[in-house]
Amino acid sequence: MDAESLLLSLELASGSGQGLSPDRRASLLTSLTLVKRDYRYDRVLFWGRILGLVADYYIAQGLSEDQLAPRKTLYRRGRGRKLGNQDPGDVVGSLNCMEWSLLPPATEEMVVQTSVLKGRFMGDPSHEYEHTELQKMSEGEKVFEEEVVVQIKEETRLVSVIDQIDKAVAVIPRGALFKTPFGPIHVNRTFEGLSLSEAKKLSSYFHFKEPVELKNKTLLEKADLDPSLDFMDPLEHDIPKGSWSIQMERGNALVVLRSLLWPGLTFFHAPRTKNYGYIYVGTGEKNIDLPFML
Amino acid sequence: MEDLTSPKQDKKNQELGEARRPWEEIAASSQDPKSGLSEPLEPEQWLETGPQPRSGPPQSPQSRASPPLDDVTGPGAPSPPSPAPEASFIPSTLALARQQLAAPWQSDRTTDVNPKAETPHSHRLEQSSDQGKSTAPQTCQSEGDIFQQSQQTERHLYGPEDVSNNNSKQKELRFNIFQEEDSNSNYELDHTESGVSEGAPSPLEIAIQSAKAYLLKTSSKSGLNLYDHLSDMLTKVLDERPENAVDIIESISQDVKMAHFRKKLDTLQNENEMLPIYETAEKQKALFLQGNLEGVDQELEDEIAENSLPNVMESAFYFEQAGVGLGTDETYRIFLALKQLTDTHPIQRCRFWGKILGLEMNYIVAEVEFREGEDEEDVEDEDVTEERDDGDSDAEENDEDELPRTFYKTPQVIPKEENRTGANKYVYFVCNEPGGTWVKLPPVTPAQIVTARKIKKFFTGRLETPIVSYPPFPGNESNYLRAQIARISAGTHVSPLGFYQFGEEEGEEEEEVEGRRDSFEENPDFEGIQVIDLVESLSNWVHHVQHILPQGRCNWFNPIQKSEEEEEEEDEEKEEEKEEPEYMEQEVGPPLLTPISEDLEIQNMPPWTTRLSSTLIPQYAIAILRSNLWPGAYAFSNGKKFENFYIGWGHKYSPDNYTPPALPPVYQEYPSGAEITEMDDPSVEEEQAFRAAREAAALPVEEMGETEEDEDEDDDSDQE
Repeated sequence: MDAESLLLSLELASGSGQGLSPDRRASLLTSLTLVKRDYRYDRVLFWGRILGLVADYYIAQGLSEDQLAPRKTLYRRGRGRKLGNQDPGDVVGSLNCMEWSLLPPATEEMVVQTSVLKGRFMGDPSHEYEHTELQKMSEGEKVFEEEVVVQIKEETRLVSVIDQIDKAVAVIPRGALFKTPFGPIHVNRTFEGLSLSEAKKLSSYFHFKEPVELKNKTLLEKADLDPSLDFMDPLEHDIPKGSWSIQMERGNALVVLRSLLWPGLTFFHAPRTKNYGYIYVGTGEKNIDLPFML
Repeated sequence: MEDLTSPKQDKKNQELGEARRPWEEIAASSQDPKSGLSEPLEPEQWLETGPQPRSGPPQSPQSRASPPLDDVTGPGAPSPPSPAPEASFIPSTLALARQQLAAPWQSDRTTDVNPKAETPHSHRLEQSSDQGKSTAPQTCQSEGDIFQQSQQTERHLYGPEDVSNNNSKQKELRFNIFQEEDSNSNYELDHTESGVSEGAPSPLEIAIQSAKAYLLKTSSKSGLNLYDHLSDMLTKVLDERPENAVDIIESISQDVKMAHFRKKLDTLQNENEMLPIYETAEKQKALFLQGNLEGVDQELEDEIAENSLPNVMESAFYFEQAGVGLGTDETYRIFLALKQLTDTHPIQRCRFWGKILGLEMNYIVAEVEFREGEDEEDVEDEDVTEERDDGDSDAEENDEDELPRTFYKTPQVIPKEENRTGANKYVYFVCNEPGGTWVKLPPVTPAQIVTARKIKKFFTGRLETPIVSYPPFPGNESNYLRAQIARISAGTHVSPLGFYQFGEEEGEEEEEVEGRRDSFEENPDFEGIQVIDLVESLSNWVHHVQHILPQGRCNWFNPIQKSEEEEEEEDEEKEEEKEEPEYMEQEVGPPLLTPISEDLEIQNMPPWTTRLSSTLIPQYAIAILRSNLWPGAYAFSNGKKFENFYIGWGHKYSPDNYTPPALPPVYQEYPSGAEITEMDDPSVEEEQAFRAAREAAALPVEEMGETEEDEDEDDDSDQE
C-alpha cells in the first residue's frame, strides 16, 4: 500500500484483522517520508510485516521513477531495495520504527538455500539457522556422505521470503498500470477503479511482476487482450485453482482478495475508486497444505 | 486488380461516388479474403475500439444540396446493402476512403448512436456498441463495417441535418489515416474468413489506428466520443471565427456539449448492480435503529445493570494498541450486532469471540452464556437412532440363528458433554456480517473434535457446506466450525494470574471425584499485576478454559463402564476384558488455571510471544500476548482488565506440512485352524470298517435303515 495513503489503506485492509498500532502508524508515516527523501524514491510502499517470535520485521519497498523507464522490463522494484526494521518491542534496543536498513537483493541461490528452512522467523536478523545436510564427498574412488552443517542467516531468509511472496502474490488491479507504446510502464492516472462486475472476477487482477504465462498463450487467447493493459499475468490461472479467496465486504463497497497460498497477504480495492493495495502480515511461511484444505 | 484501379476511377468519377457504391461493395467483397488476412495481427488494436459510428459521407459543406449529397442522403439513393449477413458485413473503408479522396471537402458529421432505432442496421449497431463498452468486442468487427452501418443508420434516421464544415487540417489528418489504412488494406476483417496475414502493418499504423479507435470510443455516459467532439468544436470555431479562439476553447467545448440535447434513452440501466450494497445498508440500518428504540423505551437502571453486553469498543481500543482488530467502523457494527443478540435472547453473559475468515464469507463469532434455566435444549437425535439400531440388530439375531453375525462393534460412542460443562460450557452464535442473522451453533461432540484434529479445511462461509475429508467428518461446516472454536478457546483463552479463582463450593477434589468440571469465579480481591511482569513472565498468565483431552472431552468419560452396563453380552464382554487395560488409562490434561508457561513447545518454538504495546510510553503500555500455536489468537491485559480475541483462518500452526492420518489397519483374516480346515472324505475302507464296527456293536438297525432311506430318497429326487 502506498505510504502516503497509509491510513486509509490500513482502514480498508482491516477486515483481516491485520493492522498497525497507533504508534507504529505514526512512526511509519514519519519515517517512510524520510526514507523517500533519503533514497530518492518516487514512491514508497509499505509492504507489510513478518511476525517473528521475538520481534516483527516491518518491510517497505521503494519504487523509483528511473526504474520504470528501462524498456526491457515493465517495472522494476528499487533493485531489491527492501528495507527491514526490527520491531522496537525488543527489550534490548530502544529501537524505534525510524531506523531503516537496506536489505540485500534476493538471488536465486538464496532462495534455494533458504528453502530448506522451516518454522517461524525469530525476529533477529543476525540469528543463524543451522541446517545439516548430507553432502557427497568423494575421496579417490570412495564416495561417502558427510553431514555438513550449513549456517544461514535470518536476513538471507527474510530477503528470499519477501522475494517469493512478491513474485507469487503481489497483486494489482487491471488498468492501474499501463504500458506506453514505447515499453515503459506507468501509473495510470485515469484509472478510476474496476467496475463492480469486474471486481468480482479474478481475471481483473494481475500479478505485479513480469509475465510468465503470457508468452505461452495462443493467438486466440491473446486476441481479446489489450496490449496496453494486459501485459501481466492475471490471477485466474494460478495453480492450484482456488488459491485466492475473493470477497465483497461492506456491502459491495470493498473487494478483498486473500491469498491462500501465502496466508496473510490481503489485497483490497474499493470498486470505482483509486484505492487499492496489498499488505502482508504473516509468518512468512507458505501454505503447502493448500490442496488438502480446499 | 480492382484494388489498384478503383481509386483512380474514383478520382475520376468524383461526382458519381455515391452512385458507384454498389460496385464498390462488390469490389470490397472481392477483396475480402485478402483483407481478412490481417485479422490475427490486428485484434488487439481493436479492443478499445468502441465500434463507433463515424461520419464521413461525402458531402461537401458548401453545397448541401449538391447532387452527390442528394444521392447519398436522399430517399432515392441506392439503398445500402441489404441486411443479408455477408453483403452488409462486407465493409468498405476502402470505398469510404476513396470517397474521401473523391470528396476532399467531405465533412465530418456528428453521429450518434440511437440505441432505440428500429432498423436492422441500427440494431446491429447497438449490439456492437455494447460490445465496445464491455471491452470485449468481437474483434473481427471491422471498423469500416461500422462505418458504413452508421452512415446508413444516420441517413435513415436523421438525414443530413448535422452536416457541417470541416477544418482542412483535420481533413488532412483523416485523409492520411485513411490513406494508410487503404494502402495496407488490412483494415477489413471478416467474420467468416479467418485469414492469413498478407502483410504486417507497421507499428506506426497500428498505433495510429489504435489511437483513432480510442478517440472514437463512446462514453457510456453521454454517448459522445472525443473524435466527433473535436471535429464539432473545430467546425464551430471555423463557422463563427471568434477573435481569440484559443482563450475560449473551453467554453466552446462546453457549448458544443450543451448543444447535444439527448433524451435519456437508456432506461434499462443496470440499477440492480448496486443492490447488494443497499441491502446491506438496509440491514445495518436496523442495527442503528434498534439502539435508539431500546434506549427510549427502557431507560431503567435495572436494565443497564443487567446488561450483558460486553464493552467491545474498549477492548477493541486495547487490541488496536496491539495492532490487531477490525477497524473502528466494523467493530462498532459488530458491537451493535451483539447488542441485537443480547436483546433478543435470554443471555447472561456475552463476549465477542472473534472472526474466522472463510473463502466466500467470514464468520463473526459471539460467545454467550444463557441465563440459568433458559437454555434452549436440543433434542438429542443421535441417541434415539442408536437405540433403534440396537433394536433392529436384536430382531435380526432372533430371526436367523444359523448365520454368524458380525463381531465388529462400532467403537463406543463417547457422549457429548452437557450444556454448560466442558467444551459445551458456552454457546456460540455466528453471523456472516454485522446485521445478518445470528445462527446458533450446535453443541460439539467429542467425535467431531477428534476428527477435527486430524483434518485441515478452509471454511467457506456457508454453514451447511458438507465437510469432505478423510477421515469422514461427522457433520457439516457448522459442526467443524464449532469444533475449531472449542479447540481454539481451550488453547488460547488465558487470563492474568489471580483474576479467576476456584469456586469455594466446587474444588479440585470434587472435580476428581465426580469427574465433573471445575468452575471458577472472579476473584474479588484481584489487585492487578504489573504489566511488565505480564510481559516478562509467562507464568503470570493462566488458562481459564478447560483442556480438551485426546478423547475429545474436557472431563474424562470412562467408556468401558458404560458399555458393560448398557450391553450385557457375555461374549463381547470377554473381548472387552482383553482390551480393558488400554481403556482404563485415564487421560489427564493440565488442570484449570495452569500457567501458560507450562504449555508444550512447538518443536523448539515457544508457544507464546509477549510484548509491550509501546516502548515509547511504557508507563501506559499494555501487555500483549500472541499465540504461536494458533496464529491469530491474541490476548491483552493492562494489569486489571484482559480480553481474548481470535482472528484468522481457524487453523492450528505446525511447522511441518499437514499429513493426512494413516489408514486404519487392515483387519487380519481368520487364522486357518481346526475350525477352518476339513478332513478328507471318508474312504470306502473306512466306511466299511465303520459299518463292521457298528454291526458288531449291534446298534439298532432301524435307524440306520431310515437314514439310508432318506439318503436314497434324496438321491432319487436328485435324479428325477
